Amino acid sequence: MEPLLKFALDLIPGLSQLPHWLFVTLVALVAAAVLFGFASVFSLFAIWLERKVSAHMQDRLGPMEIGGWHGWAQTIADALKLLMKEDIIPKEADRPLFKMAPAIVFAAALASFAVIPWSRSFIPSDMNVGLLYILSVSSLGVIAILMGGWASNNKWSLYGAMRSVSQIISYEIPISLSLITVVLISGTLSMQGIVHGQEGNLLSWNIFRYFPFMFVAFVIYFIASLAEVNRTPFDLPEAESELVAGFHTEYSGMRFAFFFLAEYTNMFIVSAISTVAFLGGWLPPFEFLSFIPGPFWLFGKALFLVFVQMWLRWTLPRLRVDQLMYTSWKVLTPFSFALILIVSFWRVLTL
Amino acid sequence: MEAKDIYQKLKDRFQDAILELNDEVLQPYIKVTADQVDEIAEMLRDDDAFQFDYLMSLSGLDLGENLGVVYHLYSMKLNHKIVLKTEVPKEKPDVKTVCHIWRTADWHEREAYDLLGINFLNHPDLRRILLPEDWEGHPLRKDYQPPKSWHGIPVTLEKEEDEDGAK
Amino acid sequence: MAQNNNFPETRYELINPDPLKTDEYILNMGPQHPSTHGVLRVLLKTDGEIVEAATPYIGYLHRTFEKHAERMTWPQIVPYVDRMDYLASMNNDLGYALAVEKLAGIEVNERASYLRVIVAELNRIASHLVFLGTYGLDIGAFTPFLYAFRERERIIDLFEEISGSRLLYNYIWIGGVAWDAPEGWLQKVADFCDYFEPKIKEYNDLLSFNKIFIDRTANVGVIPADLAINYGLSGPSLRGSGVKFDLRKNDPYCIYDRFDFDVIVGEGAKGTVGDSWDRYFVRVQEMRESVKIVRQALKDIPDGDPKEKVPRNVRVPAGEIYFRSETPRGELGYYIVSNGGKNPVRVKVRAPAFSNLSILPAIAPGLMVADLVAALGSLDIVLGEIDR
Repeated sequence: MEPLLKFALDLIPGLSQLPHWLFVTLVALVAAAVLFGFASVFSLFAIWLERKVSAHMQDRLGPMEIGGWHGWAQTIADALKLLMKEDIIPKEADRPLFKMAPAIVFAAALASFAVIPWSRSFIPSDMNVGLLYILSVSSLGVIAILMGGWASNNKWSLYGAMRSVSQIISYEIPISLSLITVVLISGTLSMQGIVHGQEGNLLSWNIFRYFPFMFVAFVIYFIASLAEVNRTPFDLPEAESELVAGFHTEYSGMRFAFFFLAEYTNMFIVSAISTVAFLGGWLPPFEFLSFIPGPFWLFGKALFLVFVQMWLRWTLPRLRVDQLMYTSWKVLTPFSFALILIVSFWRVLTL
Repeated sequence: MEAKDIYQKLKDRFQDAILELNDEVLQPYIKVTADQVDEIAEMLRDDDAFQFDYLMSLSGLDLGENLGVVYHLYSMKLNHKIVLKTEVPKEKPDVKTVCHIWRTADWHEREAYDLLGINFLNHPDLRRILLPEDWEGHPLRKDYQPPKSWHGIPVTLEKEEDEDGAK
Repeated sequence: MAQNNNFPETRYELINPDPLKTDEYILNMGPQHPSTHGVLRVLLKTDGEIVEAATPYIGYLHRTFEKHAERMTWPQIVPYVDRMDYLASMNNDLGYALAVEKLAGIEVNERASYLRVIVAELNRIASHLVFLGTYGLDIGAFTPFLYAFRERERIIDLFEEISGSRLLYNYIWIGGVAWDAPEGWLQKVADFCDYFEPKIKEYNDLLSFNKIFIDRTANVGVIPADLAINYGLSGPSLRGSGVKFDLRKNDPYCIYDRFDFDVIVGEGAKGTVGDSWDRYFVRVQEMRESVKIVRQALKDIPDGDPKEKVPRNVRVPAGEIYFRSETPRGELGYYIVSNGGKNPVRVKVRAPAFSNLSILPAIAPGLMVADLVAALGSLDIVLGEIDR
């Protein structure tokens, strides 16, 4: 928070006149608003990107009309349409839970933004347990999915919610384990500290250290993160051809839009964590490129990973529930354990 | 095997249940009585000379006074075919089921029951298959009159139709 | 050797589920569902994710075809016959026309026969492409659908040129075909064959040999050969179980005995013989065989007027016939009874998907819900011909 406060003071010196608590609250609110805006705009952009990427992979064009150039305003039009839709709540649904679920999902996704380092000074809160904070907060989304599926009073939604809960909980383990290898190398849980540990050039990024083991850790993290955000090949909870739309079948209008926004924001979050932990965060690949500001690098790398996630969605079929569980418990987890052992040994022996 | 030989062998075993053979037509058929159809079918399937393991089709017919059931059988192994026919009066259209011999007959018999009203004895689940479960009447019969409405939805129109359907 | 009756029992008590039991989960895959391939309702009794019993309910698309047929003249029935299996209309037309021609003793022109074979095989390719795309969608692969439909658009364009319509053609008439092929149409068909054959390799790379796809479909919904024969399965579903039976070879009709092609049979390459992957792969390979047949037909097609033998009034003498032909779904049988008049007495259609679907209650127990979708999709049903 300190760098942010300093940044705000440099910008508007008059702020030092305010009482300290008001000043801090104001800066925090502005930062939260900026990030909320970023999350929403990014989701809109990502939905448009997904439609274009999927279209070009499927030998067609995608949105072309609205907005003129390749339909860039399509998602804005969709968002306006969803805002104006009638809000239907099923008769026997559990109303408080039904209404709370989308809000909690979005809140969990948004809360993770607090520790993403955008550049040397712009990080809303440089906790020294940043990584742990992100892992815990993103698990809150599970409760909301279960609430949504149960409160819809629909057997198919319940199916989707159950599958989603078991999937997310199972895949938390490979995620945490592969991030532990990063912590072992960096020696700190703080996000900014992890980025600092990769300073240098391209080859000092964590993905290239202790080659090839950190690369394997990156792959494990990437696969497990696909399961965290319910993307194909792990999108059984929202399997369109079986469950219509899984746990968010009964949602319409703005509530459905919230689920959607939360999904794309989550995609960005896991890509951002991956970037920070393995790909050097806001660091440029080569020193001479450091005139391009840090947020650009972070955003660019995370966007590339989001693109790869979309690419996989339109290429691969989906896994069945028991195959999903098998992959997590019998493939990814043992490999991550082995990786932790190997990385610890390597580190101790070369210290 | 020729239809004549099949007929002869069946006649040797079942005597009176086998009524007639007609092999003047394009596809020779054997007419049998309705109450022994299942035993005849079992022999046709299991006997080494016949081995009719594939029931191609089971159709119901409205023959005016009677209702008929026509079985088209084929043997995958010996590559021969035969047609089996049976007739029952409209007042008491009971035919023994063959769905325990060829599972194909399960749904085909339900359809014959649904559209023509042929009652298959010992069928495990004889209910309507194409029409709604609470429909009344058997539409494929020649003397069928559609109801005026069904659950409030009008079925017949007010206008009379032309004579033989050529509108 | 005597048959044994050790087939799995179909569970009939599902019809009245006990409202007091709470450990079972009665689930309705309703008439509106993304992967039931039409208006089909399947009532599932599940124990968690495992299906204990599945009962299909059909009849949502019943359009009383057989009753209509009794009031129409013989040529008027052809457009109605199209609409039963709407994905393979040419094959439906062909079966009906051949049945009536055999009963009435009408001869058909050589050119008409060759044109019939070409359009029937092209329609087989189109129908299998729809199967490929929608089966991929069921399993979760979204992209092969678009690729398959891209190819199918080319076939449908060819059909539009020759018959005037994209999906329901009314093209094969009793005695011949409705229109002769326009200028350059045969060359376009040859171009299509050259364009299409490499695409089959694309589908294999993208979908057939994809590990996730194989994991989802191999060993799922295994149908042993004797069960298949007893249930009256036919077509690729039967051949997927290892039974080498194709009506075009075993009981040749039209001029199919002049062509040289293979009968593809499932061999359990990725799992057990008779699983969903076998049925899927049989259809993919069959597209290649159809291209072979079309190429041979294009080489040998004679000149002439295919409409010359189409009679003005169709007179069918008294009699009856059961005629069967091989559609993309299996054995389509027409049982036609005539008393010499203008209208038939009875036209009974033995739809292949009707019997193919009836095996679902026998293979469903023990599958997970996701597997049920895969098994149902691999049977390739079309509700239009099930309900008629």
